[in-house]
Amino acid sequence: MSSREQYQVPNSQGFTTGASNNDGNSGGNSGGNSVMWYTCGDCAVRVPLEKGAPIRCQKCGARVLYKERTKRMVQFEAR
Amino acid sequence: MGSSKKQTAVPVRTKVPSPEEVEKRNTVHINAETVTNVTSTDFPGFYPGEDHSWDIEKFRESVHVVFHQNDPYEAQFSLIGVDASIANAFRRIMIADIPTLAIEDIFMWNNTSVIQDEVLGHRLGLIPFTGGKEGLHNFLKWYKKGETPCDYNTVELELKVKCENNESAPANSKDPKELYHNAHVYAKDIKFVPKGRQAKYFSGENAIRPTNPDILVAKMRPGQEIDLTMHMHKGVGSDHAKFSPVATASYRLMPTITILEPILGRDAEKFQKCFPEGVIGLEKVTKEEAKKKGSGYEGHEGEVKAVVLDAMRDTVSRECLRHDEFKDKVKLGRRRDHFIYLVESTGQWESDAIFLESIAHLKEKAKRFEKMVVNMVQ
Repeated sequence: MSSREQYQVPNSQGFTTGASNNDGNSGGNSGGNSVMWYTCGDCAVRVPLEKGAPIRCQKCGARVLYKERTKRMVQFEAR
Repeated sequence: MGSSKKQTAVPVRTKVPSPEEVEKRNTVHINAETVTNVTSTDFPGFYPGEDHSWDIEKFRESVHVVFHQNDPYEAQFSLIGVDASIANAFRRIMIADIPTLAIEDIFMWNNTSVIQDEVLGHRLGLIPFTGGKEGLHNFLKWYKKGETPCDYNTVELELKVKCENNESAPANSKDPKELYHNAHVYAKDIKFVPKGRQAKYFSGENAIRPTNPDILVAKMRPGQEIDLTMHMHKGVGSDHAKFSPVATASYRLMPTITILEPILGRDAEKFQKCFPEGVIGLEKVTKEEAKKKGSGYEGHEGEVKAVVLDAMRDTVSRECLRHDEFKDKVKLGRRRDHFIYLVESTGQWESDAIFLESIAHLKEKAKRFEKMVVNMVQ
């Protein structure tokens, strides 16, 4: 398993490496370093979740949240 | 004296086959259930006493190229007077050996659409692109794996689309294309990023762009996003089909239809319907034909007869051979040395230029082979 695939705890600077287009989502990390952003499975709104907070969308109340895609570049061969 | 007579060689009499015999040898017979006489026999030693040695002058006289259709992206032409091996070599070179530019590397920054990264990458690779011919064929060079991408071997493209709700959509609309911006991602959304000298070769109408701008690449819904950079390299069709300059190049043999006995009246109309439109025509039997004894037209003046108008358009479905009334009245065949090519270009070459390029390629291959043979003998 390459190091790219391993889980890294996000810090206040966003991600450790390769996070060149961290388009403003680290703005939600207001001081607290344990805020993670998720996407609501129902209304597709972006939901910030703190450690220990109930897993629930603030807008619609849905309990299914999805993890966001990595901000790292992935290279493919068009074959 | 006697010995001198013995030494004089007997003059070699080369037999020359009659035109009918040549025609017969040159035809593939298409029968109701079988296809016969399929192999060519015009090589030395097959017919005793005949000279079939290859001769450049003979070849020059016999070979012809006739164009039937010559559009930029579709050409139809006949190559007459060559062996199937040569005709097939041209076809294979056109498909697999003529270089074109295609998307090779994809750097995906973001893809939240439902289409998977690999599948999206594969789809992008298959999109045919076009651009300035001078830049494509002369300026751009091969890219070697591991080399640093430069302006002369790599073309950069960008696709950056985000789907959003359309506030001004009609209230009762159900069409995603109206409801959202960028619901459909098309090939025309791909942007060319000129680097270095590329601006000189690929600007204005010469810009690198998809040949067919309306190819659907992906579908998205609000909140989804595709953001990627692509690198195009030169390649050949033998490596991957995306590099093939043709959306297939194929040939077929010229069909022949010989009406042996007159087909008249209602039979003629039925006969016409056995073939695609324009292959068989109907003509009235003339006075002269009706007068001629043994022609089969006696007493049929004014009736319609079937005549062959354009055998090239025939698909050789053999439908006419299924009906007993036409049995023995018609002979179907194909000319063994008449190849009708259909070359459809994907946009980087003009379709007739692909054929010319294939000839140049075959010549290069022959020269290389000659060098190898000479080296082997030494």
